This record gives sequence, C-alpha cells and structure tokens, in this order.
Amino acid sequence: MGEAIVITSGKGGVGKTTTTANIGTALAILGKRVCLVDTDIGLRNLDVVMGLENRIIYDLVDVVEGRCTVQKALVKDKRFDDHLYLLPAAQTSDKSAVSPEQMKQLVDELKQDYDYVLIDCPAGIEQGYRNAVAGADEAIVVTTPEVSAVRDADRIIGLLENEEHIKPPRLIINRIRSHMVKNGDMLDVDEIVMHLSIDLLGVIADDENVIKSSNKGEPIVLDPSSKASIAYRNIARRILGESVPLQPLEDEQKGIFSKIKKLFGVR
Amino acid sequence: MDVFVELFVEVNVVAKQKQPYVTMKGTKDGLTLHLDDTCSYDDLLKELEEKLTASEKAESDGPLVSVHLKVGNRYLTPEQEEELRTLIRRKKNLVVESIESNVMTKEEALEWKRKTEIVSVSKIVRSGQVLHVQGDLLLIGDVNPGGIVIAGGNIFILGALRGIAHAGYYGNKEAVIAASIMKPTQLRIGDVMNRAPDYKTDERNEMECAYIDEHNQIVVDRLQLLAQLRPNLTRLERGV
Repeated sequence: MGEAIVITSGKGGVGKTTTTANIGTALAILGKRVCLVDTDIGLRNLDVVMGLENRIIYDLVDVVEGRCTVQKALVKDKRFDDHLYLLPAAQTSDKSAVSPEQMKQLVDELKQDYDYVLIDCPAGIEQGYRNAVAGADEAIVVTTPEVSAVRDADRIIGLLENEEHIKPPRLIINRIRSHMVKNGDMLDVDEIVMHLSIDLLGVIADDENVIKSSNKGEPIVLDPSSKASIAYRNIARRILGESVPLQPLEDEQKGIFSKIKKLFGVR
Repeated sequence: MDVFVELFVEVNVVAKQKQPYVTMKGTKDGLTLHLDDTCSYDDLLKELEEKLTASEKAESDGPLVSVHLKVGNRYLTPEQEEELRTLIRRKKNLVVESIESNVMTKEEALEWKRKTEIVSVSKIVRSGQVLHVQGDLLLIGDVNPGGIVIAGGNIFILGALRGIAHAGYYGNKEAVIAASIMKPTQLRIGDVMNRAPDYKTDERNEMECAYIDEHNQIVVDRLQLLAQLRPNLTRLERGV
C-alpha cells in the first residue's frame, strides 16, 4: 500500500507541476514505483513537462466515467522501465467532471500498485483543489519567496489542516535567488518558515535550466549537474525518510584568488 | 378520632397562613419586599395586592419610593417580572428598582459563562480563517495576515499578531488587545478602527497592547501600562 501525496500551492505559477514532475522522477530514479496524477482538468500540463503528451490515449475523466480501466489510461514513461507512470487529466472537460469521492476511489486504487502516488493540484481552492486533496494522505505546499505566494500558501495550509485524513503539510520554497535575499530584496527562507510554521522539505534555487528542460519535456532531475536537480533529489530522499541537510544557497565563489581569501578569512 | 384529625389539619392550615408570603422592610434605599419562594405564584400575587392596598392610604402622597424585590429561590419569567412591576407601579408612588433572584435558567447561566470566560485556543489563525469567541480570547499561536480574531471581550495573543484583531465586538470600548509581537494589519475595538501605518516601522520586539484612549482613538503602547489603564483586568471572580 503506497502513499498519496498532493502537491499544492493556492497561487498559480509557483511551480507545482514542475515540482510534481521532478519529485516523481527523482523517486523513480531512487527505485520507487511512482504514479503521477494530473488533476488540473481542462488545463493539463504535467504530460507536457514530462514529455509524454503524444502518448495520451485515455485520461482521468475516461477512467472515472468508466470508459476504460485505470491501467489502460496510464502512460508509461519508458525512460524508467517500470517505475514511472502518468495518469493525464482530460483537456476537453472541466473540474466539475469529477467528484472528490470518485477521486478518492481512484487514488485508493492506484495506491495498491504504486509506492507513491503524486497528485498535481490545480491552482485555487475550489472544486479542483477539493478533488486533488480528497484521496491524499500527505501534502506538500509549494511557494515562492513572494509575499503574495506566501499569503496563498498560508491559506492553503489552513485548509489542509482542516482535512483530517492528511498529515501536517510540508513546505517547498521554490525559485530562491540568493543574491536578492542577500540584498534584502527577497523574503529569506527563515522568514517564510517562521511565518508559515510548518516543516521545510526543501529549497530550490532559481535556475534557468529548469525552464529549458521543462520545455524539452525532460525533468531537470535527469541532469545531475544542476543545482535544482540536486535539490529535487534531496527532497525525494527526505520523502523517503532520510535526513539530508539543506544545500547552501550561495554560489561558491570561483577562482584561486577567492580560495586564498577564504583561507585567510577575508571576505 | 376523626374529629381530632380534622381539627388538627385545620389548625395547621391556619398556622401556615399566618406566616406571610410577603414581608416588607423599610431601608434607607427605599422598600425591600421579601417574597416567599415556597407558595404558588398566584397566592403571592394575591397577597402582594392585598398588602399594597392596605398600606397604600398611609403613604400615597409622598415622593417616589424605590422598591427592591427579593424573590429567593423562585425563577420568574420575563412576563412574570413585568406583571410584578406593573402591579407595584399601580400603587402611585412605588416603583420597582431591582428584582433579585437566586436562580437563573441554565441557558442564561451558559450565556453568562460564555460572555465572561477566557477561551484559550492553541492554533495558528491563517489567512482566510476567522476565530470568534464570546468572552475573552487567549490565543496560543499567531494570527497571520488575512486571518481574523474576534472576541466579545479582550484579546491576548501569545504569539505574533499580523492579521486583524477585533476586541469588544459587542460594543465594549474598555476591551484591550495585547500581543507578544504587535504587527497587525488592522485593529478594531468596539466600533473604533485603526490600521497599520503604510511605512515600515522599526522592528521592536517588546510586548504591546492596544486600547481606546480619551480621544476615542486606538493607541498601541507598552504592555506594562495596562495595569494602570485597566485595573479591572485583575480579578478573581469575573463577570458581574
């Protein structure tokens, strides 16, 4: 029996889908069987980020309405043998096509076959949100270091705390820019964590390569040299229960001169 | 034998009736009427009527005399209270000032409790959440921006107040708001409102309190000042 984790944020555009794709991929790399579920019916994206758009035949609404079995609708990601699957959302209907009860039933069914079911939640707190959280056991809240995103994260955490079947949510802070934090132009990690007072699961630095790889349909996790990739892999390991320290955010100063300076304690 | 019993009963009834249901006492605040709480309400009314008519002639043209009713362990409905008031008011110079009873309904008692108790809540009031209590609120946690706490009485927050706090919701202007970290978006006490300044204030890390001053403005000041401003915050027995 696996675990179902919903990835949500309240605000749109903070990186829910990218986070879902990358954590899912990272878990698959670590040898877990993972199923990604896109619940953003009508505005599906997860398939695009995963590069699986052209293989979709059936979708979530087809399954719920009984036009096919779950197994038939699942799209297998061939890069990871038998470890990663995607249940795409329908693009032609809207959020009201599915009810929370149906979603719960569907997720419970998937939990039988997979170690992790990652549910990509749509933005907002309406029907789409209610569908996404209905079957979840755990929740991850994604926010960016912007006041508006933090405000919405706070709202979502409040709603998640009222859902009795979900464990206390954990936080991912996405798109931190270390130089802006240093200048005091951006909220820093401590400030956000203190404000929201939930456990921090990980911090991901702002990285142009994330956008590049999303556009190519290859999650950034597949490129082990990128900082964002390491951050996502660390998050996956923390989900598995390992204790992995947070990566330092500052870019290492390069060059021999700075190394000598560091040696003498000059900044 | 039969006769004896009958006689005994009769004597007993007479003896009981000698004990008056209504006793009057003159005090310096006016007249105090002790109304018996074991007889029926109708008997009480009848005797009250008689007593008042008897004593009416003697003092009918004096100034208004205030009457305090003590009804003991009898519960009076609002209608009955009104009936007693009108009955006594008819006697020209008498007016009921207070009705004192030892009993109240469970409903009234619970309402009284709700309005005077300190409700302690341990949670973070997050954006979009509203926490509303009838009495005083002791919040163990924060109020985040977009969150609202409302109390009929005072609000004490053992954490950061970053959202909206409304004390004295039912019009009590004496109510205060105290917080360990006072960074509210808005403060409301009774029907007075105040908001945070648009500029960023310097970071002060001392406990503060908010109250309505003599100019009917909400001001925020050091917590320690409350002892002088609202001495009645110190009390063992709350309420009345």
